[in-house]
Amino acid sequence: MSTAIMDLPNTSVDLSTSIGSLHLPAPTMTASGCAAAGAELAPYLDLSELGAVVTKSVMRQARSGRATPRMAETPSGMLNSIGLQGPGVESFAAHDLPVLEAAGARVVASIAGGDPEEFGELAARLARESAVGALEVNISCPNVANRGLVFACDPGASRAVLEAVSEAVRASGRPDLPVLAKLSPDVTDLVAVARACTDGGATGLTAINTTLGMVVDPVTLRPQLAGVTGGTSGPAIRPIAVRCVWQLTAAKRAGVLPDVPVVGAGGVASGADALQLIAVGACAVQVGTATFADPSAPVRVARELGAELARRGATRLADVVGIAHEPGRGLR
Amino acid sequence: MAAGAGALAAAPGEVAQGVQELAEVVSARPVGAYTHLVLRAPEAARRARPGQFVACGTGDSGMLLRRSLSLHAADPEAGTLEVVVAAAGPGTRLLAAKRPGDTVSTTAPLGRPFPLPAPGTPAVVIGGGYGAAPLPWLAGQLVATGSRVVGIVGAASADRLLGTSAVDEATALDGVADAVVITTDDGSLGAPGRVTDALPEVLHELAELGEPVVYACGPMPMLRAVHTTTREALGDGASTWLAVEESMACGVGVCMTCVLPVAAVDDDGVTRTRMLRACTAGPVFDGDALRWDAIGAAEHLRGGALVPDDAVGAPKATGGH
Repeated sequence: MSTAIMDLPNTSVDLSTSIGSLHLPAPTMTASGCAAAGAELAPYLDLSELGAVVTKSVMRQARSGRATPRMAETPSGMLNSIGLQGPGVESFAAHDLPVLEAAGARVVASIAGGDPEEFGELAARLARESAVGALEVNISCPNVANRGLVFACDPGASRAVLEAVSEAVRASGRPDLPVLAKLSPDVTDLVAVARACTDGGATGLTAINTTLGMVVDPVTLRPQLAGVTGGTSGPAIRPIAVRCVWQLTAAKRAGVLPDVPVVGAGGVASGADALQLIAVGACAVQVGTATFADPSAPVRVARELGAELARRGATRLADVVGIAHEPGRGLR
Repeated sequence: MAAGAGALAAAPGEVAQGVQELAEVVSARPVGAYTHLVLRAPEAARRARPGQFVACGTGDSGMLLRRSLSLHAADPEAGTLEVVVAAAGPGTRLLAAKRPGDTVSTTAPLGRPFPLPAPGTPAVVIGGGYGAAPLPWLAGQLVATGSRVVGIVGAASADRLLGTSAVDEATALDGVADAVVITTDDGSLGAPGRVTDALPEVLHELAELGEPVVYACGPMPMLRAVHTTTREALGDGASTWLAVEESMACGVGVCMTCVLPVAAVDDDGVTRTRMLRACTAGPVFDGDALRWDAIGAAEHLRGGALVPDDAVGAPKATGGH
């Protein structure tokens, strides 16, 4: 924990990766909602050393988010119930994006909307910003008052959102802008939702968002969070993330899903954690809740991952992606 | 915003640049019901100012989140930070059990410090329970610039007090502030009652020297009472600077859990309320800027804050966030 990141040298392992047209010199990103606008982490890490900064989800209008308490700690995890607080897309473009660009960060802009039209509008608006290197479509935020709005719980709704986004991207003059669909683990058939997203035009997948949870205050015997339910995150949900990335990758290998990049997210706090997600098929990982305890974590995890791979004699990250699916393929 | 803010020489501090250090525990000793820790964190010690806080990790406990503790003191020459830990739950219990030679992962200094008034401005520093931790440091800075400073420390009972020599010399306001008033709810030490029962008399006395500025640190109901009582005694323009104790997951501005509804005048001259992060916009707030109508308004939420209907981006009647 909190080893000074300077103590972890970069290794000679090639950690570069790609999400479609977005080349990443390092395979770790922040996770949406865990790094605010990104600039908040600048005192603790070099934003340009990250694979990418994934922004807090941007919406059309400013949004206050929910009442407090917004947080509850759980064993090896936490619940959050923020409610997509943010300044709106124009403020994001005017104030937050230039700071990230000046810092040399690659930016994945997370977008969220109340309907497919809002998602499409946001995609069109942000595709105009050259500093945006990819879009992540947050169809899976659990912290909305109307659970019917969790698009990722329904294949048809997921497809409709991704169609609106990909149509806007195609019309934007940047048709190769990568579009990641961020999936929820709270579904019966993850592959069916993922397939709906790629049918709708997603060119990549992020798995997973938080999983819906709840804590009761032991004194009041009422829900502890003002929003009643919240998204569970942290190492407690890592096995769920590993399972989901495994299922998506297995579906790709079986030809059920197109061969799109999968970004792993869920409880990654160390290089060894990241390696699990990579072994089951993630070509990059996001570091979320770990950032709350260690704001240098997204860079530290990449360096630890390099050391993990070097120790196993691997020279390229790409050689290890999905290795868990191939019993015959091994490292020393 | 407080008209009295004009009396302040410095605006609230710029957003802090924290630094991560693995701090060795130099000393640990009981102080009343609490534990006083000295942590070796040289870079943070060089930067820290009264009102700021340190976010402490709980190691391999399985508890992910940092515990934010207000700084009792910082010694740039010794390279140390001092905190007073109240063991309220498993995380703070773990920190309170630290012994010399143990390590604590720290990020500090965080948050905006107490703004200091024009030299010579009389001041009251008020602490509830372990909330008194930063007061001797603050009082020392105020006295050094010529302020007359009166301290008021209170708690439910004598064993929960901090900041008085009746509990512990080294962490006391005695000898730093010009006078110290003690209150306890049960009357077990000092005057029976609340800190705000003692406040009007102190304010009227100090007002003979100039418009006093009030600093307070403690639980939200106490801060509300300090704000109300100060305005009743001195009028609407009185300055109060209140350090809040919101629960925080990160302390560095990325998790958005510690927000409070705060009103501020925008560049266009219009006052708007936003849900601001206590860790980066605070923990010290202008008492007049806090939206008391929404803070603590839902009793079942135990100290939470609602989103005022007129806040920027507040949920519409039909929806919700």
